[in-house]
Amino acid sequence: MKLSSKIYSGIIFGFLFAPIAVLLIFSFNDAKSLSVFSDFSFKWYVELFRDRNTLTAVKNTLVLAASATAVSTVMGTLAAVGINKLRSRWYRTAMNTVTDIPMTNPDIITGISLMLMFVFVGRLFGAATSLNFVTMLIAHVTFCTPYVILQVLPKLQQMDKSLPEAAMDLGCTPFRAFLKVELPEIMPGIITGAIMAFTLSLDDFVISYFTSGTGFETLPIRIYAMTKKTVTPKMYALATIIFFVTLTLLLVSNVVDNDDRRKLKEKKKEKNKRRTNG
Amino acid sequence: MKKLTAKTPSTYRTALTPYSVWSLLFVIVPLIFIAFYAFTDDNFTFTTDNITRFFTAKSNIVGEDGTSEEVRTYILIFMRSLKLAVISTAVCLVLGYPIAYIMARAKERTQKTMVTLIMIPMWMNFLIRTYAWMTLLQDTGIINGLLAKVGLGPVHVIGTETAVILGMVYDYFPYMVLPIYSILAKLDVRLLEAARDLGCGSVSVLRRVVFPLSMPGVISGITMVLIPSISTFYISQKLGNGKFFLIGDAIEGQYVANNLHFAAAIAFILMVILLSLMALVKYVSARYVYGGE
Repeated sequence: MKLSSKIYSGIIFGFLFAPIAVLLIFSFNDAKSLSVFSDFSFKWYVELFRDRNTLTAVKNTLVLAASATAVSTVMGTLAAVGINKLRSRWYRTAMNTVTDIPMTNPDIITGISLMLMFVFVGRLFGAATSLNFVTMLIAHVTFCTPYVILQVLPKLQQMDKSLPEAAMDLGCTPFRAFLKVELPEIMPGIITGAIMAFTLSLDDFVISYFTSGTGFETLPIRIYAMTKKTVTPKMYALATIIFFVTLTLLLVSNVVDNDDRRKLKEKKKEKNKRRTNG
Repeated sequence: MKKLTAKTPSTYRTALTPYSVWSLLFVIVPLIFIAFYAFTDDNFTFTTDNITRFFTAKSNIVGEDGTSEEVRTYILIFMRSLKLAVISTAVCLVLGYPIAYIMARAKERTQKTMVTLIMIPMWMNFLIRTYAWMTLLQDTGIINGLLAKVGLGPVHVIGTETAVILGMVYDYFPYMVLPIYSILAKLDVRLLEAARDLGCGSVSVLRRVVFPLSMPGVISGITMVLIPSISTFYISQKLGNGKFFLIGDAIEGQYVANNLHFAAAIAFILMVILLSLMALVKYVSARYVYGGE
């Protein structure tokens, strides 16, 4: 890399990481100040773990993210398997469009649209508040599933199509062939998709903001409420923890991806060997 | 062979059914609800009042010199959103293209590290990222503290349009870099060598070979930054001290005030404008970038 490139990269990454570094450092600040570092302390972490509302919000966020991930991973994988085999061009275009909508629409539109429908349907049934855990779960599954499909579909398309056929020729039922042959092949895609769904759900604020009821507060909504008032470094401690959790998830998904790529390479090598030997 | 034919579409259609039904119920129908609310009043009878209100509502702005000026409120808010979003997108492109290019030309290992580094801030909640900038930019914040040490006067950034643009650029920067990088990384190096062999200078190679070939990445980068920055709320509330109300803030404000029908109307208009914008981008890029194919 040229020196000028190095300097430029340095400036850009400095810009990207400066605010995060400030957060991390000041989460250990003894004083309340966000500009003068006085002494090192874990005070704000201790206070964070004493804050009931925040802990409940963490629990809620995890429950919601886990449920949304489970539903969207299963539904998304099934959908990808179905879309991959669709013969009707019309149906395929319709599915692609519908998958694109939640990803390209601004979050605020997705949030508002779901909220309006929930409120309307709630009114029909005469419910006083129609927004609760279920409506949030529906919203999260709706924006997570397209990302699962997007991860699984390419794996299905890369797969050697004769493999499941061979399994069936050898006596497997189609369902068994799917479980034994196709599923292990597309597993890396499913895992990456699930991790993406999980992190997206954890991170989402805008859609949650519009579809959450009063009783169910997730972490981003809690952070929003916290930043409306003056903020203590407690929030910085929280941000630091979130940062390291997501960093770990990112590294894990990278490892899965690398593994997958290595396997692909090995397979190609084997094929070439066979070709040269035969 | 019998089993093979038995395995055709019906099983696969069943696999797809839950998602088809789900998308219909929770993607398509809600969008219809936006239009439905936008064109009805509180008793759900048809009206165009909400839409007309967007275009005609007026308010007075008192300038710094004390003169007041009557403006169309929502038109002003929309034009401001558009302006800030376009500037942020342009800044992202100008700053992001070189870094994408540097990444694409680096060694494979360095590339991977750089991609991860670009992605890490994306996984921090944007509320936290925005809030971090707010504390950095305060008049008594760290940046001004550092500047004071070097002997430079305090800069007043917070509460200005510059601060809002900075927040948008910071929040959406990776969405510009990653699509451009993924196109540049796949670029055939032989094309560059060929151009050089045929007498192109390095600037010429960039301008006449690299940049045109990376257009698909540039276009998806632009849409991926423009759409969230035009519709954002919160950034302007925190970094602009609430002085620069954007279209997203307007929707949120109406939602909080429980004016669901007007909120839907603003969302509907935003959606229509964004869809036409996307169609325009698609048309222009097909006509002028890919040589009219």
